[in-house]
This record gives sequence, structure tokens and C-alpha cells, in this order.
Amino acid sequence: MTAHFVDQYKAFAANGGGGAPAWLRDLREGAIARFAAAGFPSTRQEQWRFTNVRPVAETPFTLSGGRWDLGRVPAGALVTTLGEALHRWPDLVRAHLGRYASVDANPFTALATAFLAEGVFVHIPARTVIAEPIALTYRPPSPPPAPSGGGRPMTHPRVLVVLEREAQAKLVESYEGEPHGVSLTNAVTEIVLGDAARLDHCRVQREGEQGYHFATTQSHQARDSRLVFTTIALGSGLSRHDINGVLDGTGAYLILNGLSVLAGSQHVDHHTTIDHAQPHCESHEYFNGVFDGASRGVFNGRIIVRPGAQRTDSKQTNNNLLLSDGARADSQPQLEIYADDVKCTHGSTVGPLDQTALFYLRSRGLGLAAARGLLTYGFGAEILDRVAIPGTRERLDHLVRTRLGVGDEIGRAA
Amino acid sequence: MKRETGQVMLEIRGLHASVEGNEILKGVDLTVHVGEVHAIMGPNGSGKSTLAQVLAGHPAYQVTAGTARYLGTDLLGLKPEERAREGVFLAFQYPVAIRGITNSYFLRSAVNALRKHQGLPELDPLDFLQVLEEKLKAIGWDDTMLNRAVNEGFSGGEKKRNEILQLAVLEPTLAILDETDSGLDIDALKTVADAVNKLRRPDRSFVIVTHYQRLLNYIIPDHVHVLVGGRIVKSGGKALALELEEKGYDWVKPEGAGAAT
Repeated sequence: MTAHFVDQYKAFAANGGGGAPAWLRDLREGAIARFAAAGFPSTRQEQWRFTNVRPVAETPFTLSGGRWDLGRVPAGALVTTLGEALHRWPDLVRAHLGRYASVDANPFTALATAFLAEGVFVHIPARTVIAEPIALTYRPPSPPPAPSGGGRPMTHPRVLVVLEREAQAKLVESYEGEPHGVSLTNAVTEIVLGDAARLDHCRVQREGEQGYHFATTQSHQARDSRLVFTTIALGSGLSRHDINGVLDGTGAYLILNGLSVLAGSQHVDHHTTIDHAQPHCESHEYFNGVFDGASRGVFNGRIIVRPGAQRTDSKQTNNNLLLSDGARADSQPQLEIYADDVKCTHGSTVGPLDQTALFYLRSRGLGLAAARGLLTYGFGAEILDRVAIPGTRERLDHLVRTRLGVGDEIGRAA
Repeated sequence: MKRETGQVMLEIRGLHASVEGNEILKGVDLTVHVGEVHAIMGPNGSGKSTLAQVLAGHPAYQVTAGTARYLGTDLLGLKPEERAREGVFLAFQYPVAIRGITNSYFLRSAVNALRKHQGLPELDPLDFLQVLEEKLKAIGWDDTMLNRAVNEGFSGGEKKRNEILQLAVLEPTLAILDETDSGLDIDALKTVADAVNKLRRPDRSFVIVTHYQRLLNYIIPDHVHVLVGGRIVKSGGKALALELEEKGYDWVKPEGAGAAT
């Protein structure tokens, strides 16, 4: 069904594609050519072994537009639609847009770049410190009520975040969807940090459980910059999120946190790649997953240490809690180390609640239900505690509790 | 429940227990009176830790015969949490890490579970902090471990200290210490023993399971028992511990069954 998506593209391009400048039209043309050549990935490809995208490929989606809510923009920050940014700051946008998220790495990224039109541009000027969190919320269009003949909507929201040197900001990027109906959200976010820039970035995905969510988050860090990126996946029926971070300046620091809480027949696939391209960089990765019902989690954590990237310090941890016999999680670390003076560790676990831990809590007077709730909540809290954006941890805590069915009486000391 | 000196706190008779089909305890008899400190010593694999786990109700162990009565009630008929609420505490040999849950929250949850059982109002975080500070002061410790996840990344010594901190806060009637001395250097051992001594009370009993006599230099027991092959084969006063230290366990082994008092 690659042809259907190419046809959608032709119609989109023939309509002028939103009056884009020539360089953007070229970017799209290159991307659709790449997508047409690659086609949708199959489970015979290593990177897609556990995630079958046939249901997406076989659905005749119709290109649609979603809605971005940009919240209150803190003073000093530029937060605007991509359309306006292209019009008013064409050179700035051109310098970064599509430069980092490769259309070769993932056919969905190519598809998203082919349809690149709607999105958000965040720009923090050099040495500007923004304390107040920037909130970007995306809502895909409501799918038509089944079984009407109307096409199912697909959207390709794009975010470009640029922090110039020594800038600091906090950002919350949320994807919220209708609880019912089939839709495809295919999102790409590019994050660019200049020298010594600092960004706390939290991404929350809670789209409808019949929907498909595909995403690439691509970050590029210059020297001494610091990125804390946390992704929380609660929604969607089938989701795949590629998170690629390039540490391209000495002293760059990346913390990548992830929490998935799934139930029913949900499926989530996180593929992360951390590319240590320069020496003296540090990356820490912590992904936890809690899977109930017949849900499934996939984690692939690739760490590349390039030749010459000496004194790399990299740590990866992936823990998966299976709350039912029908749940499943697959965890694969993938280390590619081409330098000799490095410190790289990784570890992963998959399993049900630890019986010894349950006994430990019960031996302190907690009932079985309370002990189970506490252990389960702890899996989520461990990641949420790493979110240092004011107000966001509390909001996420509530969402995760609701998802886990853990009451307010179970939690952490005030 | 009324607890007076001289009253029987724990009475174990003919206790047999198995794990995965292997019988570990083969007829343990033990009587602990209110206010007494009993040491259970023995070689590796003798069943010391099994006895401690069985008393706390670890679900992996099956009791196949015998009884254990605690202040007159059938201890073995209670769930682990019920035993805890009735005042039985086990300091684990290998304390378990609980990710994402702070030590202070964990302690407050445990205290509130006991308070609820006693019909007392639950403590909010502020009230609890006050209670905690008093308990810490009583054993002369600081609060450096409270805001870390339970036992997560703790050193061996910190884990054992954390068990004693829980003992201090939960105020059990019967405290069972399972190899609390293992893995401790001499300074940590003294710190832990010192705290335990401060927690000794006329209405509280201790069962201290240990492989080495070393701990008993600091916590002086009233009675010492030797557990070999799943049975208590010898009992005596504190001098027995010194004798064991000197001669090892081999000399008590041949007496085998029937030597229990």
C-alpha cells in the first residue's frame, strides 16, 4: 500500500503543499522518493522484528490536519507555528529543519518529512534562561465514526526546538487523542542544543487505544550541553518511537528516561540510539515498562561510541514489569564501541512482581494488595522522579496512578 | 495483649519445614520468654535462616509438622502481614530493594498499617517525621537514608542499618534478627549492636540468628542454642557461644538428635 501514501503525497504537492519555499519542497520530494523506494518496513528487518506495521500500511489513510495548542508562551521564548516561522524567520528554520532526523533511517520519518507542513517552532536565543515550562499539546483530528466511508485521518506533526548557546528551557510535548477510532499520528521532533545549552524535555503520549502513533525524536548536542529527555507512553494501540541522540561536542550530557504503562492489547516499541561522536560525553538511559493484560513492550537500546570518543561514560538500564501472564516484553541492548578508554554498562530485567519483595513488604505489615500496588507504583515513580519540570511530575503522577489503578493513598512521602 | 516477664512469648514444638520438597527443619523445639534474648547459632545449611523465615511466614516454606505459638496464638495460621501487625519482626539477612519508593514513605506505610490494626489514626507525613526523629534520636542515628529508594544502591552495612531502623520504628514485641552481622565490618557491627541494645526492653524478646559468636560480644544473650541438621542439638548460657567460637561446630554434631533441651 506504499502507492496509496505516494498518491496522497502527489495530491498534497499539487495543492501547493502550503506554499512552501523551494528548499522545503525539495526536502519533501527527496523524502517521498526515499519512502517510495524503501516502502513500509517488514518484520523481516531487524529493527522492525517485533513490530508489525502492516495494519498501518493497509489502511487507506487520508491526509488531515490536527491541532496544536501552544499554551502560554513565556517571555523571552519564541514559540510559534512552523508556517509563521517559515515566513518570518526563513533562514533560521532552514538552517535546522530536516537536518537531523534522517529520512534514510526510518521510512516513517521519510513519510513525515514528505508531508512536512504543520508543526511548531521553538527558539530560545543565546544566553536566555526560560524558567517557566513551555507546553506544546497536539490533538489529532477526531476519526469519523465507524463504519462511515470517510477516510481515517493521518497527520504528521513536526516540532523543531532550537536552543542557542547557553540558553536554558523546559518543555512539555504532549500528544492527546480521542479514546475511540483509528488514526495515524506520525510525529517528528528535532532538538538542537548549542554550546552549554540546557533543556529539560518531557514527552507524553496518551492517544486513543485504537490509534497508531509513530514518532522520531532526534536530538543534536553541541559541547557541554545538557539534555534531559523523558518520554511517557500511556496511549495508542500500536506505537513506535525512535529516539536518537547525537552527542556531537565534548562534555555533552544526555539523560534519556522512559516509562511505558500499557494494558489490553497495546503495543509499544522504543528504539533508542545514543551516538557518542565526541570524547568526554556522558549518557544515562533509564527505561521502565509496566505491562498488563496482553500488552507488549519492545526496547532496543543502541549505544555507539565512535572512534576517538574516549572517556565516554554510558549507562543503560531497562526494567520491565509483567503484571499478567499474557503480557510480554523484549529488551535488547546493542553496544557498538570503537574506542578503548570508555565506560559502558547496561542491564535489563523482565519479569513479574518480585515475590521476595512482596514478602518483604508484607513482613512489615502491608497487606498483599497494598504491597503489590506499592511495588507497581514504584516502577513508575522511579522514572517520574526524574522529571524536574515544575507541575509536570504531579500531573504525570496522577495519570500513571490512574493507569495502574493505584490509589492516592499509595505513593511517596510529601 | 498482656506481656509480663516470665510469660512465654514464643513456643515452638516439633517444627518441620520444607522448601521445594527438601526438608530443612526436622523437629525444632524452642521456648522464648518475655524479655529474653536468644541466640540461634549453627553451621551453614543448618536451617537457621529457614527458622527465621518460617516464623515470619515466607510463602516459599511449607510447614509440614509441629506448632509455633506466639503469646498464646497460633503463629503459623497467620499471614505474614498479620504476624507483623501482631508484633513479630524479621530483620532480613538480604534486605530487598524497592525501586521508586522512598525509605521514609515505606516506613510511614508500615507504621500506618500497624496503627490501623491497633485502631489508631494514621500519621500524616509531618507527624510521622516527628515520630521518626524521636526514634532516630533514641538510637543515636541520623536520617541520611530516608529520602533514598528503599535499599536501592545501599551498601551492605546501610542495608543492615536500615533493618534496625525499621525495628526501632515499628517497635515489635518479638524481633528476629537473621544474620544481621554478616557482611559488617567491626565499626558497623558495633553501631548495629549498640542500637539493638538500646532497643532491648523487659517486654520485648529477641531471637538472634548468627553464624559467628562475634555479634554476641556486643549483644549479650540470655540463652544460646545450636541448630544442626534442622534440630536444636544443644542449649546453654552465653558461655556456650564462646565454646563454639573456640571449638567450632563439629564437636556438637555427633550428639545429633535427642540432645535438644
